[in-house]
Amino acid sequence: MVALQVIVGGLLLGAIYALFSSGLTLIWGMMNFINFAHGEFVMLGMYVAFLVVVWAGGGPAAFGLAAAIALFALGVVVYLSLIRHVIRGPMLAQILSTFGLALLLRYTAFWIFSANFVSLPQNSLAGTLNLGGIFLPVAQLVGGAVAIVLTLSLHLLLTRTSVGSKLLAVSEDRAAAMLMGIRPDRMQMLAWGLSAGAAGIAGALMATAYPWSPSVGETFGLIAFVVVALGGFGSVLGSLYAGLIIGLIQAMSAFWLGAIYKDIVVYGLFVALLWLRPQGLMGKA
Amino acid sequence: MRRTSLLFAAACFAVAFCAAPAARAADTVKIGILWPLTGNAAAAGQASKAAIEVALDIINNAHPELGNLPLAATAGLPNLGGAKLDVVFVDHEGNPSTAQQLATRLITQDKVDMLMGAYQSSCSFTATAVAERYGIPFMVGESSALNITTRGFKWTFRATPIATDYARTYMRFFADMKKAGKKIGAIAIVNENTDYGTSVGDAIVAEAKAADVPVAIRIPYSASSTDVSAQVLQLKQAQPDVVIFISYTADAILYTKTMKSLDYKPPMVIGDDTGFSDPSFVPAVSDIAQGVMNRSAWAIGKPGSTTSKINDMYKAKTGRDLDDTSARNMQSFFALADAINRAGSKEPEKVRDALTKTDLKPDQLMMGYQGVKFDETGQNVLASTYLIQLHGKQYELVWPQAAATGTLQWPMSGAAQ
Repeated sequence: MVALQVIVGGLLLGAIYALFSSGLTLIWGMMNFINFAHGEFVMLGMYVAFLVVVWAGGGPAAFGLAAAIALFALGVVVYLSLIRHVIRGPMLAQILSTFGLALLLRYTAFWIFSANFVSLPQNSLAGTLNLGGIFLPVAQLVGGAVAIVLTLSLHLLLTRTSVGSKLLAVSEDRAAAMLMGIRPDRMQMLAWGLSAGAAGIAGALMATAYPWSPSVGETFGLIAFVVVALGGFGSVLGSLYAGLIIGLIQAMSAFWLGAIYKDIVVYGLFVALLWLRPQGLMGKA
Repeated sequence: MRRTSLLFAAACFAVAFCAAPAARAADTVKIGILWPLTGNAAAAGQASKAAIEVALDIINNAHPELGNLPLAATAGLPNLGGAKLDVVFVDHEGNPSTAQQLATRLITQDKVDMLMGAYQSSCSFTATAVAERYGIPFMVGESSALNITTRGFKWTFRATPIATDYARTYMRFFADMKKAGKKIGAIAIVNENTDYGTSVGDAIVAEAKAADVPVAIRIPYSASSTDVSAQVLQLKQAQPDVVIFISYTADAILYTKTMKSLDYKPPMVIGDDTGFSDPSFVPAVSDIAQGVMNRSAWAIGKPGSTTSKINDMYKAKTGRDLDDTSARNMQSFFALADAINRAGSKEPEKVRDALTKTDLKPDQLMMGYQGVKFDETGQNVLASTYLIQLHGKQYELVWPQAAATGTLQWPMSGAAQ
């Protein structure tokens, strides 16, 4: 019974990892662009949820949606004001620009929200379901379910729709895409919006379960990079699998080996896998 | 000829540079303080910074209303001709190597006369080593790892109680509880795995062994964990009568919430200060953490008392009550200021001598210590602590009985009534 609880907990955690990583893989895969500010987008999603709950008394549907919209808008603004300009510059400028953006967002959050940890006041997702001795925290359950649905829809959007084809076309050959009548600028703006929006929802969902402060983006940013690398660059489905695997391994090794060993196990397996399969689980070689 | 004039110019510069700070510093004593002002423990660092700003106001301006508190009644340090204290705060982000670099910078570039810090024991450990090398007195504000004062250092002083003091307090409390007929079969220790958690955890294991209290399970973990369900499940399996957490803020909140969501409630939870005293803890989990115990050497006291007046000053500044961590830092700062005043000089050697002769009585303190008196390792031998318990949205002093203002709840109820 305890074993089952450990496994379920790990999978729920993994689903959340997958959700906030899918946005990162979108930008990485579509644009060959590393967004170091992704963890900060998650953090801002958490604060948007907080403000909606505190100011407007909104429920999970309201703050989830608000975080998605606010972060989608932020993603678009970031693209138009920053990314569009540095993307033609040298690789180093691209890396440093989002790194700078991450610091800017983090310390702006410190300035506005202070360094204190906050958590969402009591909300409708606070309870726990008891399924024959297995405890399922509602917040994590809803978070995990939404994460899986969103990650799958993002995957379908990219592989089954014309918007997805256009996004892929731009990432494969910008010039050729333009000749086909696709506006790369608009497509990439959309990709940034979707990526940040997914991070926003992920943040809002995690806010129901975790306490956080403006520096939380560091922790989540790192996990997202590992998930994306393990899943395969640019593969949304890969990041779903990778998120679930990492969550599961973390939970199992923390329970049976001890909490301080869980990251050694996860990253040891991670390095081993990249050694055997450098493109990640679902990446194209 | 040209070379001579160049040399002359260089000499002029050198003189100007060296002389300027000395002339300016004559009327102030400069103290460098290292804290985590950003990062995971930023809330505690910021709260302590506000507390030191209140202490500066008390020392630098006349506050005769504050009773026997040293240096309160006068403006500035009377033995240094009313010299004011000046504080430079720097942010080590909880990183021991940053703390080490900043301590060097404070001494060599900012030319501070004394140092204080550094919240995380791991940061105090590295920063005090720098002070030792340069011969600058270092007041460890509230870090409690034992090894900070066991290295034979001459320049490190610590007014706060340390790990072994706390561990002994817990064992005395358990003995009291057993006498009162409570069942204490085995305890569990859950500690974050840096210097702070490890050393306090070790001290509790050692004292528990001496007091014949079995330790059912010990769980070290990393404070930056995003998920602690596995650890809570381990506790649930081990079924201890008391779980002692040695945790920072986010993890303390996360454990409390996870225990609730996995339906686990031991008879008693004791939080070893720090995360459980952080200003964010009570608002975040007071509805599910009723009866959680904590330690504190700080009590607000009756209205009109010195402690209550200090709390009012702090509250006016921050909107919050003073917490134990910040209060212990503030007390350490007062002890340092008292030594500088008695030295009658800001020369490091003289201040060090004055620190070794420190003998503050309980009525000169804002904390519940028996006094401040440093042994040859620099540790305050009169430090001690109270135990408090979360009742509603406040911690109440529940042990020892003689000082208690509230009634001990055992077992803890968890949810609000």
